[in-house]
Formats: sequence, C-alpha cells, structure tokens
Amino acid sequence: MSLTQPVASDHQLARLLQIGMVLEEVVEARAHKHHEAIGEEALDDGVLALLEEAAEESGEHRRRLESLVSELDADPVAYEEIETLVAAQYESDTDFDGVLYDQLCNEETAYKFYDDLIAAIEGSDVEFTIGRERLLETLKAIRRDEREGVEDVTALMERRE
Amino acid sequence: MNTQAQYLKTIYLVQDETDGPASTGDIADNLGVSPASANEMIGKLESRGLAEHEKYKGVSLTDEGIGRARDALQTYCIIERFLLEVLEVEEFQAEARQLESVIDETVAERLDTIIDRAECCPDCFDAETDACELLEVDVPTEPAD
Repeated sequence: MSLTQPVASDHQLARLLQIGMVLEEVVEARAHKHHEAIGEEALDDGVLALLEEAAEESGEHRRRLESLVSELDADPVAYEEIETLVAAQYESDTDFDGVLYDQLCNEETAYKFYDDLIAAIEGSDVEFTIGRERLLETLKAIRRDEREGVEDVTALMERRE
Repeated sequence: MNTQAQYLKTIYLVQDETDGPASTGDIADNLGVSPASANEMIGKLESRGLAEHEKYKGVSLTDEGIGRARDALQTYCIIERFLLEVLEVEEFQAEARQLESVIDETVAERLDTIIDRAECCPDCFDAETDACELLEVDVPTEPAD
C-alpha cells in the first residue's frame, strides 16, 4: 500500500536528475560562500580542506549528472543561475560549527536523495533512453561519495569536540 | 514525502474544503487509491494518534496530525515553487504530484534555500488550483504521461 511512484518516463527521470544537479550546485555554491564569508586565514586546515573537497566533488557529480541529462534530451541547469539564487538567500554561518553543520546537512540530504532516486528507478520497469545499468552505476557511485562525505564531516565534528 | 505524509496532507485539505471530517471515498479519490487501501492507512494513522475515525462521519486529524499534515503541505509547496521558479516548469502542479513521493522533506528543505517562499506558507495554499494562491495560477493541470 505505497504511494511511491516508480520513475515512469525519460521526462521524469530527466527532471529528477536536474534536481540532483541543483542539489550539487547548492553544495558547491554554499561551500564557496562559506569560504568567502569566513575568510581563508580564519579557517583551520581541516574545515578549509573539507570545503574545497566538497565543492570539487559536487562539481564532478554535477558534470556526471549533466551528461546523463543531455542524453535524455533535456536542458542542464546552469551553475551560474543557482549560484545567483544561493547568494540571494545566503545567510552567513560565521562560525566553524555552523559551516560544518551545513556541510553535514548537504551530504545527508544528497545521500537521501540518491537513495530514494535509485529505489524509484529500481522500482520501475520502464526502458529509459540511457542504459539502466550505466544509470544505476553512476548514481550508486555518487551515493557512495555522499555516504563517505557524511562520515568525513562527522569525524571532523567529533575531533573538534 | 512518505505515504503517511501524503495521506495526512490529503485529509487536511479535504477537511479544509468540506469544513468537517473527510470521507474515506474523498480521501481515496484524491490519492488515486482504493477505499480498502485508504481504510488500512486510516487505521494506522488512528493507532499512531494522528487521526480519529468516526463511523459514517469520516476522518478528522488530531492536533499532532494537523501539525504533520501542515509540514507535508509545506514540503509540497516547496516542490511546486521550486519547479516553477527554478526549473520554469509550466505544468508544475502535475509534476509536483508525480515527484512528491521521491522528494524527501530534507531534500525539500535544501531546495527551499534558493526559492522565495512567503512566511504564511502553507496557509496560502489553494486546494482548488492545487497551488499557492500567491502564484496566480488558473486551474490544476492533469498529470503528464
């Protein structure tokens, strides 16, 4: 008795991948904003490295998702557009704990999103334009990165306690 | 949004529309499920203290149920507004209905950081247009294929 809908078409799949792109772009843009707001000198090495890695990893995920979206004949979501939206609503987390907590939310949210998306694709018997095996492999690899991201932020938070 | 949240949101909206308890038939129709499925979930909501079911009258949410229903409606509003404002989807109501089961509230919270949502949300939701009344839309669209 579930209302969970399996992914029913290329169009829906493309839309969900676009949402994944936006989530990655939000992570990337917020990491840059945190960096800017706190200043390089004030950041300790661990937090600085974490922000740089998060932005780099999200950029890589975004490019992989963009490639899938293009194959589905849909438009990718421009990073610059999301960067502008993030900047418009951004409220500075001026302490380390705020930044770390935000990064933890980013990683956990992304993990949950890919986990649900993978389940919805696996629950669908639709034949997508993209090969199912390659699609799931890509998404599972990204999900694995997000899980490791959660572990990294948690470990850093524990070290700081 | 999980199945329970979708039920709570629907009961809340049906109650709001009829200004009384929601009938099982209306709940089932709105969710596109059988009355038997709706009854099963209503029983679960009752056992969790989220709803009360009175025979021949219908279902009413408890205070806790109302709180959770409003959270679910807010998540739905975020999805709709995100689709319209960021991805510029014209048929955003139809697509939101298709996507709501895959978009978790934590994901919606992140999407909320880049949209412009009024503080009165979800009170500005209009069940008739299936959208926020501040968005100036006409009639709900049918689900796309």
